[in-house]
Amino acid sequence: MDYNILIGGEAGQGLKTTAYLLGKTIFRNKYHIFTTKDYMSRVRGGHNFIKIRFSDEEVKGPKDDLDLIMALNEETIENHLGDLKNEGILLAEREVEDIKNSVLVRAKEIAKEINSKGVNSVFIGAFLQTIGFDLIEAKKVIDEYFAGDKNKVEDNLLLLEKGYKSCERIENMEMNEFDESEERLYLDGNQAVGLGAASAGVSFYAAYPMSPSTGILNYLATHQKRLSIAVEQAEDELGAINMALGAAYGGGRAMVGTSGGGFALMNEGLGMSGVGEIPLVIAEVQRPGPATGLPTRTSQGDLNFVINSSQGEFPMMVIAPKDQEDAFYQTFRAHNLAEKYQIPVIILSDQFLADSSSDIKKINLDKLEVKRNLYFNSEENEDEYKRYKLTADGISPRAYPGSLENDTILVDSHEHNEYGRVTEDIELRNEMINKRENKLNKLIDEDLKEAEYYGEKDIDYLLIGWGSTYGPILEATNKLINNGIKVGFLSFNDIWPLPKTKLKNWAEKDVKKIVIENNAKSQFSRLIGSELQIKIKNKILKYSGRPFSGDEIYERIMDEVVNDV
Amino acid sequence: MMFKEREITSWCPGCGNFPLRKTLKESFNKMNLSYKDVVMFTGIGQAAKMPHFLKINGYNGLHGRAIPPAVGMRIVNPEIKVIVESGDGCSYGEGGNHFLHNMRRNLDIVHLAHNNQIYGLTKGQASPTSGTDMRTDVQPEGVTAQPLNPLRIALSSGATFVARSFVGDREHLAKMIEKAFKHRGYALVDVLQPCVSFNKINTYKWYSERVKKLDNHDKNDIEAAFSKAGIWGDEIPIGVFYEDEREIFRDHFPWLDNDEIISNREIDPSNMEDLLTEFQ
Repeated sequence: MDYNILIGGEAGQGLKTTAYLLGKTIFRNKYHIFTTKDYMSRVRGGHNFIKIRFSDEEVKGPKDDLDLIMALNEETIENHLGDLKNEGILLAEREVEDIKNSVLVRAKEIAKEINSKGVNSVFIGAFLQTIGFDLIEAKKVIDEYFAGDKNKVEDNLLLLEKGYKSCERIENMEMNEFDESEERLYLDGNQAVGLGAASAGVSFYAAYPMSPSTGILNYLATHQKRLSIAVEQAEDELGAINMALGAAYGGGRAMVGTSGGGFALMNEGLGMSGVGEIPLVIAEVQRPGPATGLPTRTSQGDLNFVINSSQGEFPMMVIAPKDQEDAFYQTFRAHNLAEKYQIPVIILSDQFLADSSSDIKKINLDKLEVKRNLYFNSEENEDEYKRYKLTADGISPRAYPGSLENDTILVDSHEHNEYGRVTEDIELRNEMINKRENKLNKLIDEDLKEAEYYGEKDIDYLLIGWGSTYGPILEATNKLINNGIKVGFLSFNDIWPLPKTKLKNWAEKDVKKIVIENNAKSQFSRLIGSELQIKIKNKILKYSGRPFSGDEIYERIMDEVVNDV
Repeated sequence: MMFKEREITSWCPGCGNFPLRKTLKESFNKMNLSYKDVVMFTGIGQAAKMPHFLKINGYNGLHGRAIPPAVGMRIVNPEIKVIVESGDGCSYGEGGNHFLHNMRRNLDIVHLAHNNQIYGLTKGQASPTSGTDMRTDVQPEGVTAQPLNPLRIALSSGATFVARSFVGDREHLAKMIEKAFKHRGYALVDVLQPCVSFNKINTYKWYSERVKKLDNHDKNDIEAAFSKAGIWGDEIPIGVFYEDEREIFRDHFPWLDNDEIISNREIDPSNMEDLLTEFQ
């Protein structure tokens, strides 16, 4: 089964809470789940909706046609009824003619008698009855969510039951059964990045609030006491990145988070991390630009900006997580790599990944290892400490103030000599540029992750994607294969430096390549063109600020490539 | 006598940075500090090159961004003394927002702002503190904007130690630096100094004739401090204008002190198991 519901309402109607309670209930009923948020950049009014897709098999992206609509307002009915399947269910405060399964939910009326703020709990109860769930998990979820507020818990539980009893059963879903030993987590992409950073021992996180990256800031601020770390809301993004650099210079693990506009302001600080060889992890959660753009929507439009950012030349790495699980592991990995190579590492996420929740395999923390690459006392020699010692692989011993008994540590934004002191010496300048570049060469040899390939060896079409489009493209790939198309999918995670081997191999074969991206200019094919001289003609692009669905990619590939003869 | 000046600098002969460097070195040595005890954050400008010319833990960062890295440093290591040292352009112009908000935070630092009322490194343009009508290559008709008053801004933004000194009076400067180091909280010392190459108005002679030590002043009275900070002209008061105590930035993170200081911590991800429960 593969069931897709939409909850719609205006900002301020408690949509987020409703979706959370429902999502968690479905998750606790042991279904695989994928939740996407579509909201406007406003605090009240407008039209927002959340889609929850659940299945007994893994789901990795949104779906367009709907099995059920929960309409918290009239606009939801008007906007989305067209996507409802023939047998689909509409839960609303009025009945709609011509809809076979139109279920009247007298939510306001019922809530008024108990707690007028609990309207949505009536709806949740009605939903659970309609599709055939029992109330056991929903009650636990409500109890946990409103924990500490006895009245709220009681009111909402009561309204849940009233809603449940107020309508009739249409579907007969029961608690799903998957392997008990396989524990799972339900979280969104921002939480996954935050959890990854926390597990990696991030000691300082600074940010200026900016959609859609603020979830990371929220997560870490909520847990800073427990983690015994510091989270600071900076006066601006310039402050945030430079604060973080100071923490890393001082021996901490530092991170900042922002979206494209804030990242533009952080650019000079990025260069400081590069030339100063100060490890730093930056989460850039993309939204559509330019300038203010569409603040709450999604985009992969910052790719070329990010990999080319800041003046001058210096090594850095850019990783684009492919889903919520990957967002955790890549953030953890980013911290280790930033410290191993003493470079900035950018996690290039986007609103689709950040705001979507899914169930992932429980993280095995025991298997993770933190590698810091710090240098303490100068045992081996008595000479003055050289922060930028010229070494074969370019990596110099990184000490921090207080870690050396009788010496000082100097970092510098100018070109500098091995001691960190400003220099304009020709030979030293060349050596320092080469030293920093050598670190990147080592990274490519030892740590760069090749693109992953899904599919058979013998194919006619190769789909190419990067980052968060992974789920929808994978779904489209499977659908194409099931429909007899010989297709494979090459998914990029590490995008800078660009992993080249697999792509080069495919380029030599007689295969039609199709790049799929959430931007207008196909920035990834531009990157492939400049790095590998491979020209890609077929592009499936979307730049409306909305994410791809698997069905949509499938159809566009059929229309624009396969059947376009 | 741990702290030493380096022989080579890029400063002009007679630069006000020399007496400041000498005073700093002597103060560190007098306070018996060792290398491990102190770190200096600077931005860009001639003043900001200090850690290249005085052996000290140093972070010579970006223009205008001398203060923010000190915030991060304060978090990871609460024991080390932190100096921010930069010119008037870096501290009050390019870095103005950080100046404001870190005084609000009452960040525990000593901020030595070399104020020579001119841009030296870029060869003589107006700075935020240049006097009205000062003519430069870029302001041939004279500076039109009103000079910024760093002391009044500091007083109204929450700095808890606000002082001014003059490099021509090294004894006074040493006193101010030592008091600033003893202070717990944001200690701003606006240090008047001439730029011998580019500022032909505010010279050693010009300052010497005007500076006057504050007397009959109650440094706990913010109104009095604000009033004295407005005096600039034939007389320029120097000394401690204001001193107060309130919680410092680091005090708002008491949980950090239940553990080893951050820079010395071991990290073990297997201790994070409890973080997973909220997602189950």
